[in-house]
Amino acid sequence: MTQEPRTDAFVAFEHVQKSYDGVTLVVKDLNLSIGKGEFLTMLGPSGSGKTTCLMMLAGFETATHGEIKLDGVNINQVPPHKRGIGMVFQNYALFPHMTVAENLAFPLEVRGMGKADREAKIRRALDMVQMGAFANRRPAQLSGGQQQRIALARALVFDPKLVLMDEPLGALDKQLREHMQFEIKHLHENLGITVVYVTHDQGEALTMSDRVAVFNDGRIQQLAPPADLYERPENSFVAQFIGENNKLLGTIEELSGDKALVRLPSGELIDATAVNIKEKGQRTLVSIRPERVEFKPEMMPPGAHTLEAEVVEVIYMGDILRAVLKVAGSDDFVMKMRNTLGQTRLSPGQKIKVGWHPLDARALDP
Amino acid sequence: MAEATTELLTTADGRPLKAALAAAQARAKRRAFLLVLPLLLFVLFTFLIPIGYMLKRSFEHDGFASSAPALVAWFEANPDFDPANPPEEAYAALVQDLARMQTERTTGIAGTRINYSVPGSISLFKKGAREAANLTPPFKESLVALDADWARPALWRGMESASHVYTAEFYKVASDMKLTDSGWARGQDKERIYLYLFAKTFFVSALITVICLLLAFPVAHLLATLPMAKSSLLMILVLLPFWTSLLVRTTSWIALLQEQGVVNNLLVGLGLLSNDGRLTMMYNMTGTIVAMTHVLLPFMILPLYSVMRVIPPSYARAARSLGATSWTTFRRVYLPQTLPGIAAGSLLVFILAVGYYITPALVGGADGQLISNLIAFHMSKSNWSLAAAIAGMLLASILLLYWLYDRLIGIDRLKFG
Repeated sequence: MTQEPRTDAFVAFEHVQKSYDGVTLVVKDLNLSIGKGEFLTMLGPSGSGKTTCLMMLAGFETATHGEIKLDGVNINQVPPHKRGIGMVFQNYALFPHMTVAENLAFPLEVRGMGKADREAKIRRALDMVQMGAFANRRPAQLSGGQQQRIALARALVFDPKLVLMDEPLGALDKQLREHMQFEIKHLHENLGITVVYVTHDQGEALTMSDRVAVFNDGRIQQLAPPADLYERPENSFVAQFIGENNKLLGTIEELSGDKALVRLPSGELIDATAVNIKEKGQRTLVSIRPERVEFKPEMMPPGAHTLEAEVVEVIYMGDILRAVLKVAGSDDFVMKMRNTLGQTRLSPGQKIKVGWHPLDARALDP
Repeated sequence: MAEATTELLTTADGRPLKAALAAAQARAKRRAFLLVLPLLLFVLFTFLIPIGYMLKRSFEHDGFASSAPALVAWFEANPDFDPANPPEEAYAALVQDLARMQTERTTGIAGTRINYSVPGSISLFKKGAREAANLTPPFKESLVALDADWARPALWRGMESASHVYTAEFYKVASDMKLTDSGWARGQDKERIYLYLFAKTFFVSALITVICLLLAFPVAHLLATLPMAKSSLLMILVLLPFWTSLLVRTTSWIALLQEQGVVNNLLVGLGLLSNDGRLTMMYNMTGTIVAMTHVLLPFMILPLYSVMRVIPPSYARAARSLGATSWTTFRRVYLPQTLPGIAAGSLLVFILAVGYYITPALVGGADGQLISNLIAFHMSKSNWSLAAAIAGMLLASILLLYWLYDRLIGIDRLKFG
């Protein structure tokens, strides 16, 4: 939304709006440029407009207003089959009455490619996803992960410059999903294609993308590389949507540059970095990642404000210890500690002091 | 490994595993059987037994065999007699039986039986039976003097055949065979009504099936893809005629299509037809086809709909995104997936059409009659065995089609909804 128009934009949404019923807008004034070879993820809760954007790009939905450009050309009026965009669907959409090889041959046949060329391409595409031995199977004889690979191969076999993926890993179990994330990422890197990926799984978005566009309410809330998105959310929606977050409501007591002092309802003071705060006295929502919360004084910067805390419970999670604390009137404040040798084991009822680096506490709009 | 599985497995207390399993499941199986028992009995008494009885009747007729014991005995003793010149003993037995028929009043039954294969026999038998008591030996000469037809070889062949209770004669008649003086032979071209009507019935049924398919496909597609509110309304429109009486629907077609009917009046009123040039769309094959297509349409729509409903729209989208035009998408992706529905609907409509009776009887006129109307005709003439033989042939041809369908497409792929 706030993005500068890129000069090398391969895909561009310009002031795109979409309404299904003429009453409400599903997509509100979308501006988005995607560079060539980029892996861009549209992330958001269901109903946020991300899938609609993908469908408009694929040509299955028409934009109510605005322009969609592919390689500098307006494609609003181009039918889907002439766009040359590969697409991977949520339920794979492999044709059940065709074998794997026939599925892969389909896009090549409709392009009038000769048999020899077709076979070479199919073989290459299948080898690419390590499914060379399955050419004569039918989709129903394959597992979910195998079907996913075939769907991927079919979307890539005709060498599209742009590939769209609509929650392609949604139906797979956790382990397979993580494995496929890396495979898709590697395919993207090796082939140099542009990928637009839609998901509601933030972990997927963070691990795979060059940039992530967080959608909510028909708008892009933030468009940034994964690390920025996680560490420097620009508004409270993004902060809450991506990863786990502690939220503290308060009022700006002092503001100098981006350094803010926030007074909590309990009367205590904390340090924070002002993000979208305009003035003193404004109400704010301070967000702090649980893994950035410290309880050992030596880990905190000198002069940092600390809060009184009481341990409610400690959950052992293997790699980390997760402590739920009573802090400043809220009793769901979470702190994560690495489970290292000699790590202090807290016990319920214990009184401690918690603090953090001011850069890790972000004062956002409430 | 293979030896281990063939070894008899036992339960912990040493009983064979298979017996233990059967005992454990016996109760559940008994209960399950009791549940389906009423249906089983119903099907047995209302379906299997009548069909079996019908098939038996197509092979069985004792009208002559039971009323002419002397001739039956003579035929049995002389299986190789010459029908062209039966000996005096045969005539003697015949006269004895004729006299018996007259006293027992069985002339009609016996004559009718012979009449099936040798037309004109009823009056011959009645005349013969009336005079039988007055005939004197030699019976051959006196009978032939009464009516020369008594010496016809075809008649003697017919009587020999009718002396057996079980016969394939009715199937021969139903396949347009004719008993001539030299035995069974193909009938003249113009006499071949049965096979012609069979062929016509199958052709018309196939035509109706194709028309139903063409009409039902878009409707079923709309039903499967429209939003809920609209598709429910459309579904009611499809089902409403289904719930209406068959007679009402058929007669309303008469009101629409007859020469002074709505359609003709409209066309004349619009000036598209002159008053003398009114179209004949009723009481002929056109009427039969139109009305039957309408009656059978839901049987095509519903199986198609049930298949189309579960085809996700993402297949079509995938095909489009892969570069296929909408026509290619339909032909190569959508149509093949509707095949089980097309097959089920076609089989259903075709089988129903082949045996259809009421509609052609009401709107078919002389030209639009199908084989079932002929069955009904023979039943009304009390020629049960011939009616049963034609019905048996119909049943056999449908079973053949069903078998072919199973071999070509596979009955397990059938989807009725």
